[in-house]
Amino acid sequence: MIDLLEQYERMHDNNIMLSFKGEVTFDLVNSILKIIEERLNKTEEDLKTKKKVYNVLVECLQNLCHHIEESATEENFGTKTAILMIYMNDSTYHVLTGNYIYNKNIDHIRNWLDQINSVSKDELRELYKKILNNEQFSEKGGGGLGFIDIARKSGQKLNYNFKPVNDNVSFFSFQINIPKQEV
Amino acid sequence: MKSLSLSPTTHTPHVSFDAETGKIELRGRSTPENSVEFYEPIMNWLDDYVKAPQETTKVEVRFEYFNTSSSKCILDIFKRLSVLPKGGKKIEITWFYEEDDEDMQEAGEDYSDILGLPFTIKQV
Repeated sequence: MIDLLEQYERMHDNNIMLSFKGEVTFDLVNSILKIIEERLNKTEEDLKTKKKVYNVLVECLQNLCHHIEESATEENFGTKTAILMIYMNDSTYHVLTGNYIYNKNIDHIRNWLDQINSVSKDELRELYKKILNNEQFSEKGGGGLGFIDIARKSGQKLNYNFKPVNDNVSFFSFQINIPKQEV
Repeated sequence: MKSLSLSPTTHTPHVSFDAETGKIELRGRSTPENSVEFYEPIMNWLDDYVKAPQETTKVEVRFEYFNTSSSKCILDIFKRLSVLPKGGKKIEITWFYEEDDEDMQEAGEDYSDILGLPFTIKQV
């Protein structure tokens, strides 16, 4: 199980490509994507890896934007605030996000993530196609595909953790690892 | 009917839809936050086009990447065009993917499969 708050304290600076905590807006997401794209262009030679990392990031960040909620804690952690970290080691890129979430929404998300994690690669592809073809548009056109896409592109399980904060709110930590592609 | 032409941006694709020639091109990146909003004029144009289409409509799609939000709109574009064969008109769809981009190659196969339309899927 991951706990983003504790992990942040343990992490060494020179492994971090980007670290951000604050209000997540569309403009901010675009800025971060631009920064990461430039970093990837400089440090990652493999086009396939670059594309996968970038794609996963787009989905993670846009997901955050769409689904983030105002926290309702006394400490006032802030509205539409999230934490994001991207780091890499020799073999893998790691993308981590963390945001407050209302407890009433946890089961729905947990069930969805568990379902995605439980199916095979081929089944995941079929699930993606089914939802793409059938599901109602959400207002901004999201519709539940984001997590599937992240799982497919990375080829990895979705790691997550819900840490209770108070009666109404928990902290949702999400991590996806993208292995560098073999040339 | 007027053609539709949109210049690419950092998060939206180059769009070139020509009613006279029946050539429909989409290329670049599609990662807008609100894809429904971006693709709305495209949907409206297609709704008009299919009322009086060319004998053959040639569709060329070449995405560097697109987000899941766009993927629904892209499906919607093809759904609108899929009425053409039913009305006796021809449609040729070429889906390009960049070198080694298996994800994009698979995406083309997925669309072809969902729609029951033949796609020529080609590496750039």
